[in-house]
Amino acid sequence: MALISVKNLTRVFDVSKPWLNRVIERRGKAFLTAVSDVDFEVAERTTYGLVGESGSGKSTIGRMLVGLLTPSGGTVEIEGVNLATEADAKKIDVIRSDIQMIFQDPYASLNPRWRVRDIIVEPVVARGGDATGLAEKLLEQVGLSALDAGKFPHEFSGGQRQRICIARALSSEPKLIVCDEPTSALDVSVQAQVLNLMSDLKDNFGLTYVLISHDLTVVQHMSDVIGVLYLGRLVEEASPDRLFNNTKHPYTKMLLEAAPKMDAFGREAELPEGEIPDPINPPPGCAFHPRCPIATDICRQERPAMRKLDDTRVACHLAE
Amino acid sequence: MSDAVLSIRNLSVEIPTRTGVVKPVDGVSYDISAGEILGVVGESGAGKSMAGNAVIGLLSPPAHIAAGEIWLNGTRIDALKGEAMRRLRGKQIGMVFQDPLTSLNPLLSIGDQLTETMLTHLPISRSEAEKRAVAALEEVGIPGAVERIDSYPHEFSGGMRQRVVIALALCAEPSLIIADEPTTALDVSVQAQIIALLKRLCRDRGTAVMLITHDMGVIAEAADRVAVMYAGRLAELGTVRDVLTQPQHPYTAGLMASTPLASAGKARLHQIEGAMPRLDNVPEGCAFHPRCEYAQDKCRAAPAPQISDSHAACWFPLIAEKVS
Amino acid sequence: MTDIPEQGMAPKIAQKSRLRVFLDSDIYYTFKRSPVAVVSTIVVLILVLSAVFAPLIAPTNPFNPASLNLMNGFTPPMEPNAFTGDTFFLGTDDQGRDVFSTILYGMRVSLFVGVAAVLFAMVLGITLGLISGYVGGWTETIIMRTADVQLTFPSILVAMLIFGIAKGFTPVEYRDQMAIWVLIIAIGLSDWVQFARVVRGATLVEKRKEYVEAARLIGRTPYAIMLRHILPNVLSPVLVIATISLALAIIAEATLSFLGVGAPPTQPSLGTLIRIGQGFLFSGEWWILLFPAVTLLTLALSVNLLGDWLRDALNPRLR
Repeated sequence: MALISVKNLTRVFDVSKPWLNRVIERRGKAFLTAVSDVDFEVAERTTYGLVGESGSGKSTIGRMLVGLLTPSGGTVEIEGVNLATEADAKKIDVIRSDIQMIFQDPYASLNPRWRVRDIIVEPVVARGGDATGLAEKLLEQVGLSALDAGKFPHEFSGGQRQRICIARALSSEPKLIVCDEPTSALDVSVQAQVLNLMSDLKDNFGLTYVLISHDLTVVQHMSDVIGVLYLGRLVEEASPDRLFNNTKHPYTKMLLEAAPKMDAFGREAELPEGEIPDPINPPPGCAFHPRCPIATDICRQERPAMRKLDDTRVACHLAE
Repeated sequence: MSDAVLSIRNLSVEIPTRTGVVKPVDGVSYDISAGEILGVVGESGAGKSMAGNAVIGLLSPPAHIAAGEIWLNGTRIDALKGEAMRRLRGKQIGMVFQDPLTSLNPLLSIGDQLTETMLTHLPISRSEAEKRAVAALEEVGIPGAVERIDSYPHEFSGGMRQRVVIALALCAEPSLIIADEPTTALDVSVQAQIIALLKRLCRDRGTAVMLITHDMGVIAEAADRVAVMYAGRLAELGTVRDVLTQPQHPYTAGLMASTPLASAGKARLHQIEGAMPRLDNVPEGCAFHPRCEYAQDKCRAAPAPQISDSHAACWFPLIAEKVS
Repeated sequence: MTDIPEQGMAPKIAQKSRLRVFLDSDIYYTFKRSPVAVVSTIVVLILVLSAVFAPLIAPTNPFNPASLNLMNGFTPPMEPNAFTGDTFFLGTDDQGRDVFSTILYGMRVSLFVGVAAVLFAMVLGITLGLISGYVGGWTETIIMRTADVQLTFPSILVAMLIFGIAKGFTPVEYRDQMAIWVLIIAIGLSDWVQFARVVRGATLVEKRKEYVEAARLIGRTPYAIMLRHILPNVLSPVLVIATISLALAIIAEATLSFLGVGAPPTQPSLGTLIRIGQGFLFSGEWWILLFPAVTLLTLALSVNLLGDWLRDALNPRLR
């Protein structure tokens, strides 16, 4: 059974100006659909990569997965439990301790006034658990020293802080860790260390990852399945092999083409057209059609449904 | 000094702190010729931005140039102060920063900013400047330049804003552009557009570019030559093809190998152990030796050789077959 | 500063003591290098200590009628009295009370009222600021609009209003005792707004940070998040305001007392002493006014300078 099952997930934000401004400017309310009708499943002990540019809704999905945001529509089920509607507090508590998150900014994700020990064991202590020696054990598992437990976060570098974040995420013995851009604030050589650590921990602890990133190469390296998001919609989902070698969706193609290549000296790349549209007024039909080289009339009018094509799921009228 | 637009010789920047003097830039030398893009690459704390700031005289005190020379078009500029530096900066050096909003005045329309810059530095009339402003916006690919000339910075998207900044940097026809992480805040698809734009404009106008970035991919796409920095020092300098395909310095090789791109299909990424030393604690000898798998006694004892014959500052540069 | 290798090598000291951390901190370093801060700290310390230990230091207890001799009235400083031959360091007032002693005791009242008022304002302001910043919505609107309305009245006016109302409800015989507490509440109430504003602003910044999200994620209650996570991180601007407020509160108390609505003559504060003293200024007994006034000025100024320095030292943008 899938560990995570996401159905028709939608999240709308009210981005209206204050009431008085709306009255004076005679404007209605404004809504931003950050995530629109997204479906996917994540199997246990796999890594699901969510990739997209800014405004693609990838972080919003991550926040809904862990329960930091409630969906406006659709459901997120983790081990068959929907956190937003479940009434049984005990069940919620069990699921909560199964989910953890690693954030992007290693400088903002650790409370600067707490000692590392207290930070790491907070998920356990908050539930009244016994945390004797736990922080020290976890610090060693993430490649730091047990003696670091008594220090404050400002004594560590970015990469070390991210290791502390990982140790905190592991302390409640979760099954699922949602990683929101875990390495995008880190240098390349430190990124390699953190990604390797994440791979090792996944094997040792039997973890499931949802890896959110804008970096195709990171997602490709880490994931078993990759979902590509554009303007809040899932446009393509496939294994890394298929996604990179048998690309179906024109947006994915554009993204792959635009990504910097190491061997592309003096390459004159085929440049992507235009920029990401305003998510408050997304284009009708397929959201990608204004930038799509192969768009036809149907793309302008009708939003393509997700369909299965070989082993790829793709939302494009014209993909084959 | 030769035909280089910018020539840096043995540049050192020092910051006195209460625990001692740190050297964020330590004996760095490189040239940039007209029409050439030099990529300066390194991880955070490598001193790559600090070197750029030294060139434009924007070191924030107490940081200061402690040694070395900076030559721009045959004039020595490292000792210039105040007004002279300001005039030179506007006229001869254009700047593009990571966050386009910091380099644009939010209270002036972009047309005003462009014409003001041109009027300050070029001997032209206002109507001529206004004409050139529209042309500059068209050149950087802003659709409907005539209508958008009176728009304000906040009315543009991030990518368009960076185009405006590039237009602004180029409008006084400088001979050198310093671009500090110009695409880091942008999405992949927009990044590709901006890099292509920068490349095209500089080639057409023969402008020299110092492209400072942490992203090897951007370097590969854009640069002609690349300078790899580590702990304030130059680790390797050469054409982008040589450095990226046959790195001689173990640090460059490790950096290349640790990108997920280079490790495609492997379960684990290549890993350089440890981290860049803090500036107040740079190791004796070659700064990289504690992390270097090839390090020998000589590396611990003597500072790495200056880049001269070989293009790496390393006692035992890698030869091609070692890396393959 | 020790170097921390990326791979966890054992550092020499596992845990620094709080004192060590403080002595190594940038704050202490900038403090040592700022003569203004050092001097004002010393002055404040001397004044506070002499106020606290007034009964030990003061030559006489000016409020013990038994020790007073009316014959000593109007003795100029450092001159023997014409009748009794007693000499007083800073002279005596009309009732023969030693001015030096009254200043020491007066400073006690002034400092007590000031500190208590600031504490009261701080607790109220921090609580309301934290709640409005973290909860948001209507709660925030109500609290912050109340604060706005409060700001449109001069704080002296608010204090006088509260003082007047409280006076009306207190029986005559308790008025003198109540006066001090009413002063504290009156000054505190007119002062909580800036604490609330600053704490709310800082809370808005902190609550978006990822460590707060991490705490929410594991199901910590809003109460625990506000108290344990956000509060410690919004305290440094509060410290600055508290110091500057202390100077203002001391002056506000002096003003109210000077106007006759503050500390009673049986328990005079510096303000009360100045009020008493100004009556004798034109008859030549200048010392009764001058010395309390200079003390008030020194106290308020040095506390204020300390606050200014603290603000600069804690503001990373000015460093």
